[in-house]
Amino acid sequence: MSAADFLPWIPVFPLVGFLVNGLVYLVAHSKLGGKDAPLGAHGGGHGEAHAAHAAGPDDHGHGGHVDIPFKAVHTWVGTLASGLSFVFALLVILSWWKETGGHREVVTTLWTWIPMGTNAGWFGAPDFTVDVAFRLDPLSALMLGFVTLIGTLIHVYSVGYMGHDEGYGRFFAYLNLFMFSMLTLVLGANLAILFVGWEGVGLCSYLLIGYYHTKDFAADAGKKAFVMNRIGDWGFLMGLFACVAMFGTVDFNGMFSAVSTNPAIYAAGGIVTFTCLALFVGATGKSAQIPLYVWLPDAMAGPTPVSALIHAATMVTAGVYMVARCNVFFRVSHEWALKTLGEGATVWGLLTHDASFVVAVVGGVTAFVAATIGLAQTDIKKVLAYSTVSQLGYMFLGCGVLAFGAGMFHVFTHAWFKACLFLGSGSVIHALSGEQEMTAMGGLRSKIPHTYRTMLIATLAIAGVPGLAGFFSKDLILGETFIQGHPFLWALAALTAGLTAFYMFRLVKMTFFGEYRGPKETWEHVHESPATMTVPLWILAIGAVLVGWWGIPNFIVPGGNRFEAFLHPAFPVLPPDWTPHPHHASHALEYGLMFGSIAIAGLGILLATTFFYKGSAPWALPAKVVAAFPNAYRWVKNKYFVDEAYETVFVNGLVKKGGRLLWEVDARVVDGLVNGVRHLTVGFSHVSSWFDKTFVDGAVNGVGDTFQAAWKGYGKLQSGQTQGYAFVMAAGAFALVCIYIIFA
Amino acid sequence: MNGLLSLLILLPTAGALAILFLPREKTGPIKALATAVAGLTFFASLPLWFARGFRESAGFLFREDLSWIPSLGVRYSLGVDGIAALLILLTTLLSVISIYASYTAVKTREKEYYIFLLLLETGMIGVFCALDFFLFYVFWEVMLVPMYFLIGVWGGPRKLYAAIKFFLYTLFGSVIMLVGIIALYFFNTTGFLWWKGLGNAPTFDILHFHAIAPQIPPDLQLWLFWAFFLGFAIKVPMFPFHTWLPDAHVEAPTAGSVILAGVLLKMGTYGFLRFSLPIFPSAASTRWVQLTVVVLAIVGILYGSLVAMVQKDIKKLVAYSSVAHLGFVMLGFFALNNAGMQGGVLQSINHGLSTGGLFLLVGIIYERRHTRQIADFGGLSQVMPVYATLFMIIALASLGLPLLNGFVGEFTILVGAFLADWKWALFAGVGVILGAAYLLWLYQRVFFGELKHEENKGLQDVNLREVLTLAPLIVCCVWIGVYPKPFFAMTAPASAKIVAALDAAKGAPPAVAAALSPAPAAPVPSATPVVPAAALPETAPRGN
Repeated sequence: MSAADFLPWIPVFPLVGFLVNGLVYLVAHSKLGGKDAPLGAHGGGHGEAHAAHAAGPDDHGHGGHVDIPFKAVHTWVGTLASGLSFVFALLVILSWWKETGGHREVVTTLWTWIPMGTNAGWFGAPDFTVDVAFRLDPLSALMLGFVTLIGTLIHVYSVGYMGHDEGYGRFFAYLNLFMFSMLTLVLGANLAILFVGWEGVGLCSYLLIGYYHTKDFAADAGKKAFVMNRIGDWGFLMGLFACVAMFGTVDFNGMFSAVSTNPAIYAAGGIVTFTCLALFVGATGKSAQIPLYVWLPDAMAGPTPVSALIHAATMVTAGVYMVARCNVFFRVSHEWALKTLGEGATVWGLLTHDASFVVAVVGGVTAFVAATIGLAQTDIKKVLAYSTVSQLGYMFLGCGVLAFGAGMFHVFTHAWFKACLFLGSGSVIHALSGEQEMTAMGGLRSKIPHTYRTMLIATLAIAGVPGLAGFFSKDLILGETFIQGHPFLWALAALTAGLTAFYMFRLVKMTFFGEYRGPKETWEHVHESPATMTVPLWILAIGAVLVGWWGIPNFIVPGGNRFEAFLHPAFPVLPPDWTPHPHHASHALEYGLMFGSIAIAGLGILLATTFFYKGSAPWALPAKVVAAFPNAYRWVKNKYFVDEAYETVFVNGLVKKGGRLLWEVDARVVDGLVNGVRHLTVGFSHVSSWFDKTFVDGAVNGVGDTFQAAWKGYGKLQSGQTQGYAFVMAAGAFALVCIYIIFA
Repeated sequence: MNGLLSLLILLPTAGALAILFLPREKTGPIKALATAVAGLTFFASLPLWFARGFRESAGFLFREDLSWIPSLGVRYSLGVDGIAALLILLTTLLSVISIYASYTAVKTREKEYYIFLLLLETGMIGVFCALDFFLFYVFWEVMLVPMYFLIGVWGGPRKLYAAIKFFLYTLFGSVIMLVGIIALYFFNTTGFLWWKGLGNAPTFDILHFHAIAPQIPPDLQLWLFWAFFLGFAIKVPMFPFHTWLPDAHVEAPTAGSVILAGVLLKMGTYGFLRFSLPIFPSAASTRWVQLTVVVLAIVGILYGSLVAMVQKDIKKLVAYSSVAHLGFVMLGFFALNNAGMQGGVLQSINHGLSTGGLFLLVGIIYERRHTRQIADFGGLSQVMPVYATLFMIIALASLGLPLLNGFVGEFTILVGAFLADWKWALFAGVGVILGAAYLLWLYQRVFFGELKHEENKGLQDVNLREVLTLAPLIVCCVWIGVYPKPFFAMTAPASAKIVAALDAAKGAPPAVAAALSPAPAAPVPSATPVVPAAALPETAPRGN
């Protein structure tokens, strides 16, 4: 079997799964199907909806009361669809590896999607077409592998987690649709197909965040996510159009080979930089970076498996994937900036010329800001959400310093430990009947040991403890940042690493250690989750330990970074004068940086442990700190009030106020003019009518009256007396004679 | 297949006549007959889809040509190119759907209602078929009358205001267009004012005017362009001529809204494609003219979207979204390149499908609750899951989600706009964000949240008939979204011809014209605008 032939089948399975699950669910829940399905309260039961859900005797985990029609169908169709994708993905990747050794891509074109005819682009007038085509190369193979695997694990997990939810079928339909979209995104052979997946995952994100749609906050969060993503997509589209205008194609092969053979043409005037920045606007939307990050924490309104799959492991990394995919553009933009700015490059100059520098700065700052917000959150999922934003910042930082391999490596390792953390938090929430506030947790270590252990492993991984996955990737990014000449960004990122270790251990301490602080009746019910949930947890935890070893730093083991070697074919070679001089760092420096970051992580862990688990009064120390810096705490706790500012300025200000203003304008001015014309016409008609009656008709009537009067006068003559007639005749004859005499 | 177009024009009228003889209390047979006739017309129009000729050349097929008023040179001349054929297919499809959708919505004067709907169909098909200005104008006006009655008799509370506004506003535009037509007529023959005539035999043949387009002096082109512009811009409607639309939509019965949005607005865009652009290419490609129209289009997109955002009535929201969508269409046309033109044509069709669908959906809920206020709903997805799903699909199509039709059109238009001037795409692209915002916000307020209103708890989900009215639209939405190639192929030659004429008028290097003709290279037009060989119509200008 050839890899190319079977490539398109991978997304087909989840698509079929979506259709089957969706239709079965609809038929089961509609009157069309002739069934009186339970249509009562949707949603509820889980933590995401707990605000309105009394944490009373829970309705899950102890035998369901909810009758879910066709549950088995949904379970098997849903998980098999994802599982088959995974199996196919493995087979396709293996055969691709056998065929090409991973050195070149395979592309399958299915059909012409959008033919736009011949158009004059910026550098020629080619036929513009967009094909539906899929591509397998190291980048997409990497994404394909972990997306299908983690996706399948989360499907299995959901069988347990969502087992008592009435919308079970709907949930699996959406999840399958998500898999389809995500696979389209990673397999797309051109930017437009990537965009199809990009929008598709956005839709699924919307549907799944708003899954508990009877709750207003969930529906709001879903809409917010979609609209924020659309703002990003606007940028993406501009980048896409710029590519169309430049190359006449959006096909990766065509674009990248054009740029890499002739970078000077496309870099001139900063066209490539514009394209990169536009695409990066898209990435900030999808991957929740400043300024478009605020939707991601709200997205936690969705069920926890969704948070794990979409809002941690896969979808949100799509922005990083896209930037890494378009690495040639960013590299050319960087080189062009250096050539244009010369030696005296200022920070401002770099920000306006070098797209990759913008990516690095946005990534670094986002990582830091999100981490500080994470310090003060008490909702377990919110902490993880900000942590995700922060880690995504790291990935962009890596890409921004042109270490695309490092950025992608962090995408890969992060998928494992963050999915594990989210699923772990789901397991905690499940055990506590929907409780999400860490202030009402504590001491759960002994009650839910599997959850505890797997989460601890994942926490160690994200904190950057040597030997675990997060350490390798984060260290690579930090090292590259410093070596590529960005000491400030390095310092920011290193500080962030310390914060990460701190807030993650704070989370573990608050959840699993100390005294239980929630209501007693809940404690009685605390139970470990079923195997469908713990097995995926353990698989992910093992991954969180092992996957980092794919990329052992080259300075420790020469050639140890097999990950970068694997990805290498995805980074096209540029002409020598467009290739940066490799920065060589001494081994001592590299070791120094590594130990530095280990030390910072250690410090963070140590601080968190002291803060939250020391002595008889575990909360005394944090309270003191809060009291010492009340304003700082208030700002961090309230996420710097960014949400409120956006709400005031954009949502209520520009859009709603603006819309209302325009509506008034429309009704009063634009339509006012039309109605004014009407009134004017009617008014003029009245005037005309009056004029008509008075003068025109007056004239007519006047003529009539005159005749009538004349007639009357004439009538009087008709008296019937012969003398009278004779007189008139005589007078007439006399008059005629007079006229004759005068004029003759 | 000569006579097919006449058949399409006459079938609905024949049906209307037949209904005339049915007793008015027999509503069952009336409905059945109306549906059957409309269905038959739809099937009769299918050969247009399968005709290969549209995909091969820009010529007019299915020609019919009979003398009508010889002294004036008026002929009964019919023929369609790919664009007109596609619009006719949309018309026949939407007609049968709107008749089928009216079964329970209309309960008074049913006989007259279906007669008017069928007469309307005749008028609409006639407009798309006519190749004679006189005939075109007759159909153009004929179409107004049934619509006037549909709104005025079966409409909502302010139906008379809306009907009269619709009628007068449109008539105002058409009369100015008529002046333009007459001016063209005299320019072709004797000339008028200071414009020397061409001295041709009197004719109203549209193809003849296409052919003499390069001979029309630029100043006359400008005057006539604006005369026609007013007629079509009101019909489209472009900002700021749009205010008749929300009133007409809100007051019209569901079927009226569907036809109005789906087909009648396309008369305007069709007018630009058939007349304004090919007959006055040098006016249309004058920079300030192009800029004016583009700015109006972009303002329409942003303005329509923002105003849609704050509407309280669902139908009004959809009506304003139409203003935005049609802004996209016009932006595409006046990008004056292939991508924009093709995208604009496709988006005309897309708008008919998705906005038509939205109006049908609003009608469904209106029939049940007799209100369209957004505030009266909320949580409907709990009682009407199938309805909610269908609404979601159509809304997503309308907001331009990839793999549904709206995206393909908007994408192609924006590519065209970007190529013409990237800043246009930058601004117009904001409409894509706003589109998502107002539709999802609407969806949230209608379908999500708790079921707050007692009246909504017992709502029935859609029935089979309602699903059947929506199913063809959804199938088309997915079809165009996933595999739009046949649609593009059908309109490509015709729109490429228009672009070639515009390029020739601009004196631009005929990159596009060269690609059109199989010949190695078309002659580069020099200072005097010359129509390249490929842009000439197939029929030589006839004397009479």
